[in-house]
Amino acid sequence: MFKGGFIQNLPKIYGLYTGGFAVFIILMAIAESAGVSAKNIGVMFVAFTVGIYAFIGYLSRTVQVDAYYVAGRQVPTVFNGMATAADWMSGASFVALAGGVYFGGYTYMAFLVGWTGGYVLVATLLAPYLRKFGCYTVPDFIGTRYGGNFVRACSVFVLFIASFTYVTAQINATGTIASRALGIPFEAGVWIGLISILICSMLGGMRAVTWTQVAQYIVLIVAYLLPVFWISSKVGGGIFPHLMLGDEVARIGELEQQFGLVKNSAADMKSAGVPGGLKYISGPHSGVPEGAMAVWKYLSLAICMMVGTASLPHILMRYFTTPSVKAARRSVAWSLFFIFLLYSSAPMLATLSKLSLMDPNLATGIIGKSIADVQAIEWVQRWSEVKQVFIADFNGDGILQLNEWFMRGDVVVLATPEVAGLPFVISGLVFAGGMAAAMSTADGLVLAISNALSHDIYYKIIDPKADTTKRLIVARALLVIIGVAGAYIASFRLTSILGSVAWAFDFAMSGLFFPLVLGVWWKRATREGAIAGILTGITSGLVYLLYVYPKFSVAIWGVAHDPWLGIDHLRFGMIGAPICLVTMVVVSLMTKEPDDATQKMVDDCRVPSGRPVISKQH
Amino acid sequence: MSNKDAHWAKTKNHMYVTLALWFFFSIVLFMFGTELNTMSFLGYPLAYYMTAQGSLLAFVIILFWCTSKQEDIDEEFGYGEREDD
Repeated sequence: MFKGGFIQNLPKIYGLYTGGFAVFIILMAIAESAGVSAKNIGVMFVAFTVGIYAFIGYLSRTVQVDAYYVAGRQVPTVFNGMATAADWMSGASFVALAGGVYFGGYTYMAFLVGWTGGYVLVATLLAPYLRKFGCYTVPDFIGTRYGGNFVRACSVFVLFIASFTYVTAQINATGTIASRALGIPFEAGVWIGLISILICSMLGGMRAVTWTQVAQYIVLIVAYLLPVFWISSKVGGGIFPHLMLGDEVARIGELEQQFGLVKNSAADMKSAGVPGGLKYISGPHSGVPEGAMAVWKYLSLAICMMVGTASLPHILMRYFTTPSVKAARRSVAWSLFFIFLLYSSAPMLATLSKLSLMDPNLATGIIGKSIADVQAIEWVQRWSEVKQVFIADFNGDGILQLNEWFMRGDVVVLATPEVAGLPFVISGLVFAGGMAAAMSTADGLVLAISNALSHDIYYKIIDPKADTTKRLIVARALLVIIGVAGAYIASFRLTSILGSVAWAFDFAMSGLFFPLVLGVWWKRATREGAIAGILTGITSGLVYLLYVYPKFSVAIWGVAHDPWLGIDHLRFGMIGAPICLVTMVVVSLMTKEPDDATQKMVDDCRVPSGRPVISKQH
Repeated sequence: MSNKDAHWAKTKNHMYVTLALWFFFSIVLFMFGTELNTMSFLGYPLAYYMTAQGSLLAFVIILFWCTSKQEDIDEEFGYGEREDD
């Protein structure tokens, strides 16, 4: 049935895989109607999908450097697009994004624009040129373009800070989902998540991660879109929610008027005992906040996320795996298309979820009903037990008001199918999707960090004579060490998932964006300029984060500081990146122009055809 | 001007055009959020629609357009790559 090589058969293989997954969903639906418990269905969903990823990881094992670092540079455009989309869409995107839109409204949606608009920067400024360069890792480009071990080490340092912040958040998300789906403690969930992540990446490096990420994308997109379309037709939103929810958005506006958007005082919330992390609706669903500051807050967040996107190494390195420069460019467009499918659905899910809870005309509506009735609803009981939802009767009238209903943002994705009365098999599917999203991003990040350490620090700086076997042993050992360290830190649950995800973007943009872009677009950029830019950018960004984030600033200065110009801890890249740019330009102009060999290298990387700038085996 | 320089000049111009479009859909539109929201599209308030879906879709279209245009530029200067590469 399979003629020709593996690459030629990819559409067939993943077609079969998708069909198999559909059959599995149907089997689970049959099992549910035959009386298998909800918990067991959740367990089977997660176990089955993770088992498949591990199997793909095992099949993709390799002993070749080229396959381990860049998947042999033979990943076709569309498949690389899917893998990048899975690499990109993290547990936070999957689980928390719709919840963020649900509570944060318009201003929060700057994340949506930021996390998609960044790909225009990737495609125009970086991906094709880095692909032509022929490097294995992002610091490999910086180290070769600017020349020297010190600048290479500086970029590894930035990569490490940005990606490690991100990976702890992902392992945290894997743990949360595993613990809920399997009914085990969070700490155990973290270690189970880690083992699954390592099985997918350790034996085959980039090759294994690529093919598991494609499989994970298929699971996560089915798990996200199926409930959105189903709920939409169930609540009468129309069969194609993206184009048809205008009336529903307007209806939410009316209901907001009817119930009133009330802000609770902190004292009230404290005395009612609202658990930490739970939120209530206090802002309009589709309204735009007034004033120049609100505009600036939106734009600065969007800018940070866009520029950060274009500097995150685990994304850029995916474009090193395509067969050609043209393929790299095309696959950026495909990545964005696959990402768009999920991101454009998040606001629709938030709308449907909000309407289901708010509209008294719907059977699922709870706002405006008697609190005793609401507390008797099965899903309310189940999610109250785990402190994910909470009711506080502030005015004592026994009726649930909009400001008296609290829930965690994640609930929007995880519980909406249940709320809308979909069968549990859909909730099981959503758990599997969340797990796929968190695992695929964690895989990409752990690999980005360990590849930079093994290639740029160990092979390029410490032991350039190391043979292939030794290089790959070091790479794998580092992979395990990074994973274990990430899981260990994640098990302390230091920050909320989203806080640290945004930080990764700000770190990457502070230290890497301009050294990368100017490396291609400005021949005059020198090694000294790059070193100065990276170091001042990352340092100023980090210092500002310590200054502005209350938990840190209270620990260091004893007081919390007001953000300067509204630049809070989510946006500290707005400080780091400009400082990096100015320093880099000034220092470059003060130092000697790069030599002819370097200038020729830059010229070569601007020409799309021909051989890579640095040789194949390096 | 050598072939290489001409190719790069054209590539650069193309980059500026793409980034101008990008800037419009990511920044300029949202400078006028309150004004835009008084208009409506598909029944959605316009600024809400753009941030939830419209700009995202615009980026996808921009990228596919930008990619094929860049490929034309590469062909024009003889830097095209084989399809089966």
